[in-house]
Amino acid sequence: MALDKETVAKVAHLARIKVPEDRLDSLAGELDGIVNWVEQLGEVDVEGVAPMTSAVETSLRWREDKVDDGGYPEKVTANAPDAQMNFYTTPKVVE
Amino acid sequence: MSDPLDLTIAEARDALRAKKISAVELTDAYIKAVEAARPLNCYITETAEQARARAEASDKRIADGKAGAMEGIPLGIKDLFCTEGVLTTAGSHILDGFKPPYESTVTRNLFDAGAVMLGKLNLDEFAMGSANLTSHYGPVKNPWKRRDDDKDLVPGGSSGGSAAAVAARACLAATGTDTGGSIRQPAAFTGITGLKPTYGRCSRWGIVAFASSLDQAGPMTRTVRDAAIMLGAMAGFDPKDSTSVDRPVPDYEAALTGDIKGLKVGVPKEYRVDGMPASIDRLWQQGIDWLKQQGAEIVDVSLPHTKYALPAYYIVAPAEASSNLARYDGVRYGLRVEGESLNELYENTRGEGFGEEVKRRVLIGTYVLSAGYYDAYYLKAQKVRSRIAEDFRKAYEQVDVLLTPATPSAAFGIDEEPSDPVQMYLNDVFTVPANLAGLPGISVPAGMDDQGLPLGLQILGRAFDEETVLRAAHALESAAGFTGRPQFRAG
Amino acid sequence: MSDYRLKGETGEWEVVIGLEVHAQVSSKAKLFSGAATAFGADPNAQVSLVDAAMPGMLPVINGECVRQAVRTGLALNAAINKQSVFARKNYFYADLPQGYQISQYDQPVVGEGEVEVDLPDGTTKVVGIERLHLEQDAGKSMHDQHPKKSFIDLNRSGVALMEIVSKPDMGSPEEAAAYVSTLRSILRYIGSCDGNMAEGSMRADVNVSVRKPGEALGTRAELKNINSVRFVRQAVEIEALRQIAVIEGGGTVDQETRLFDPSKGETRSMRNKEEAHDYRYFPDPDLLPLEFDDAFVEECRGTLPELPAEKKKRFMESYGLGAYDAAVLVADWEIANYFEEVAKHGDPKQAANWVTVELFGRLNKADKTILESPVSAASLGELLGLMADDTISGKIAKDVFDEMFETGKGAKEIVEAKGLKQITDSGEIEAIVDKVVADNPDQVEKYRGGKTGLIGWFVGQVMKASQGKANPKMVNDLLQKKLDG
Repeated sequence: MALDKETVAKVAHLARIKVPEDRLDSLAGELDGIVNWVEQLGEVDVEGVAPMTSAVETSLRWREDKVDDGGYPEKVTANAPDAQMNFYTTPKVVE
Repeated sequence: MSDPLDLTIAEARDALRAKKISAVELTDAYIKAVEAARPLNCYITETAEQARARAEASDKRIADGKAGAMEGIPLGIKDLFCTEGVLTTAGSHILDGFKPPYESTVTRNLFDAGAVMLGKLNLDEFAMGSANLTSHYGPVKNPWKRRDDDKDLVPGGSSGGSAAAVAARACLAATGTDTGGSIRQPAAFTGITGLKPTYGRCSRWGIVAFASSLDQAGPMTRTVRDAAIMLGAMAGFDPKDSTSVDRPVPDYEAALTGDIKGLKVGVPKEYRVDGMPASIDRLWQQGIDWLKQQGAEIVDVSLPHTKYALPAYYIVAPAEASSNLARYDGVRYGLRVEGESLNELYENTRGEGFGEEVKRRVLIGTYVLSAGYYDAYYLKAQKVRSRIAEDFRKAYEQVDVLLTPATPSAAFGIDEEPSDPVQMYLNDVFTVPANLAGLPGISVPAGMDDQGLPLGLQILGRAFDEETVLRAAHALESAAGFTGRPQFRAG
Repeated sequence: MSDYRLKGETGEWEVVIGLEVHAQVSSKAKLFSGAATAFGADPNAQVSLVDAAMPGMLPVINGECVRQAVRTGLALNAAINKQSVFARKNYFYADLPQGYQISQYDQPVVGEGEVEVDLPDGTTKVVGIERLHLEQDAGKSMHDQHPKKSFIDLNRSGVALMEIVSKPDMGSPEEAAAYVSTLRSILRYIGSCDGNMAEGSMRADVNVSVRKPGEALGTRAELKNINSVRFVRQAVEIEALRQIAVIEGGGTVDQETRLFDPSKGETRSMRNKEEAHDYRYFPDPDLLPLEFDDAFVEECRGTLPELPAEKKKRFMESYGLGAYDAAVLVADWEIANYFEEVAKHGDPKQAANWVTVELFGRLNKADKTILESPVSAASLGELLGLMADDTISGKIAKDVFDEMFETGKGAKEIVEAKGLKQITDSGEIEAIVDKVVADNPDQVEKYRGGKTGLIGWFVGQVMKASQGKANPKMVNDLLQKKLDG
């Protein structure tokens, strides 16, 4: 399955990364090379093998239902490039 | 007293406690070294003022008899660790101006143990790279040079700034992170020691995520003993990280007994790859002999799925990264490149903010997770990962540790970067399997290649058996007696 | 299947409805962070570093949310999955700071179940549950604060939701509405969600399709974020009629997301979400699989109260109530409790009547909920007690109840203060009866001449003379004796 220019454009949009038109071809070549290379995994017999769910053998810990965080709107918006009145902002979204 | 920049952590600790040197003196020497090392471009941010303040506090605690395990030790911090109030970039344009309002657990642990931060170290953008060539802040130069030419060499990556700074004496030790070899490979390229602990040993909280199921922080030091001391301060259970494991942190330094009699050391035949330089093959054999001479038992083992580790890694890591990096969108922090619509804001910001390699990996990751491809790529890779972990499990039924080369080559020139990304990825061939299986590994400087460049040997161990890994590495280090010094030396 | 049919130009149509209900878990803190979940806080005041998706921040699950999901699953008679997996649903949106929502995909915590739904006609219908999973809520975008910008508040970001997916088992707007009501009732009974649809604690995505009876399922449209039971009913009907018109006009129904606009009474396509979605689900590598054992499930089961369906059955069996009254009384846990308290003091059927007619009527008029009722259950019980022991008549009781409702005073207090106590002394009543008989010789003559219907008029006169306090039965008996004798 060759990774062509159109696919790259589609994937780039999914990832919300602007790729200049004149870069699509070369990028398609590079990505296609990587994809072809990883396809050697097809050789591995994984019949009956469960996918790895975690690199660590432990169980998921649960936290207590306790409010012990938040309450600092200035802190979470301090780094925002365009915060206003403790809100983050984006260009207007038309619903 | 000798040059303070030549002290190891263990020696500095003893000298500080014996009041032969003050923390301020030691830190001042390093602040000068940091300045002197600027041509290497290892630091993105220098924090001399804070360093001095911390050193003063250390001297006070030493005077009060309250010195911590890392008291007064000047460290460089890889700029992937969020540091409160100090610019944190991950080597990316997209985090422009980001000053975290929080401190990562690992740096917090180190500071609580008394460590002093000299600054934030350069790295491959979002830790994606094996040569420190992808940083928005420019490449880091390896302080080592080949005997025959004056070319600038790469320090390896992604913890290239950390490795170069430790090797050039621009910090006593540094933190690194290792997702596919990012501690061990640059350690090998610069003649220092780099330890990747078991996944779950050090908290990931506050470390800018690359690939969550693979990322692990670890120490980069000049000696194995220093790695043991520093790991002890970095490691520990963190309730804020669901993958952090709740088990006590042993006294790693105490594990360095010097006795490896009866230790079973596996030599995996699959690590003998085509095209590997003879010098590395020789060094590997030398390593086997060194351990054997000290009473270890050498066992040939097989890790049959080794060759599939890299392709599996280059599915899993980009897939996780594509999702982890979705939060860099120009809204809450960092770079914002305006657009007419929300999508334009995203696409402009991310198009401009991410470098080429990061884009490549995010796109690959997006592709392998997208509809119709998930089973063929991501699910398959996670199954292969199970196979690889199973290989290790079987091997560790026979042996205690494995001995392998750390890298398939010595450091290469900055202008010798392969144009094919896949060629670049092959640098991690020996280090990636341990990440996929979550196992600990250490790279120890053990010899030189024909051009006088350092080479490393790698010891891999069982999960949470860093003690045995360190003990074997210590034995290797003693036998190798590596005394090489880079041509560039700060201060 | 429902016998509900819509008439089109080409004949009758069936409607097929399935719902995805998002219910906010009643928890103090968010699903993966320690920030608060309370409604109505200042912008970004309930946002932790995790919720703001700061670099390097990691999720840790709130155990209470797991417990509530399991309890809800049990209340829906559903299979509980002792191992489930959190997955990332990846998409970019202004209110989604991580660029992904942590949800559950192919391995949800709760599997198939079923719920018995009470329909308005007193019958019930079983609706299948496909699954229930835990997921994070998104933040909120505000579009009216600035001419060119949207403002983002992440207070809701990361709040725990249960997504409860039904099977496409409903065939009419009424069934869909009744399903939502029943679900809401169950969630409120067990306390896993406060069911406050106005504050967005519960909202429904409604999938609607139409087909000719007996034919294969049609293409469905999804109506997003409907926030009242009434709107569910309206939206289904409007959307079904729209689809019928489209098909009969020679068009085809698009599989799409639509917005229901109650003010215009229409549904319309959400153009900006038209973009093909590719959510790239994969297990969240920051979390391990969610696991618990049988003991935990049993512990959850042990905390479940009597559920509405069981309570309804009990009310019918032990109080002799009809299905309709029982269904009305159990729909709300507080009402059911209120009723049972009242019923302790008098005849249960009378209690049911007083609660559903007298109390509800006055509450509705005053726009109050049962919790805001000025008359406590014990107080209403006291009133019923006064009727049961003939202290007051039913008519007086209604007046007393009015005053209780207005002033919050107790029944006995009012009866005593106003001297409303029923006259049961036969001598006293006889004296009044004698006087009325003596004062109205013409009417007595007419009565005795065969106009026995006048008995009512005599009763009225006696009651009037006694200011309504005479025991009506005694008045009746005495009058008959006097007039007939």
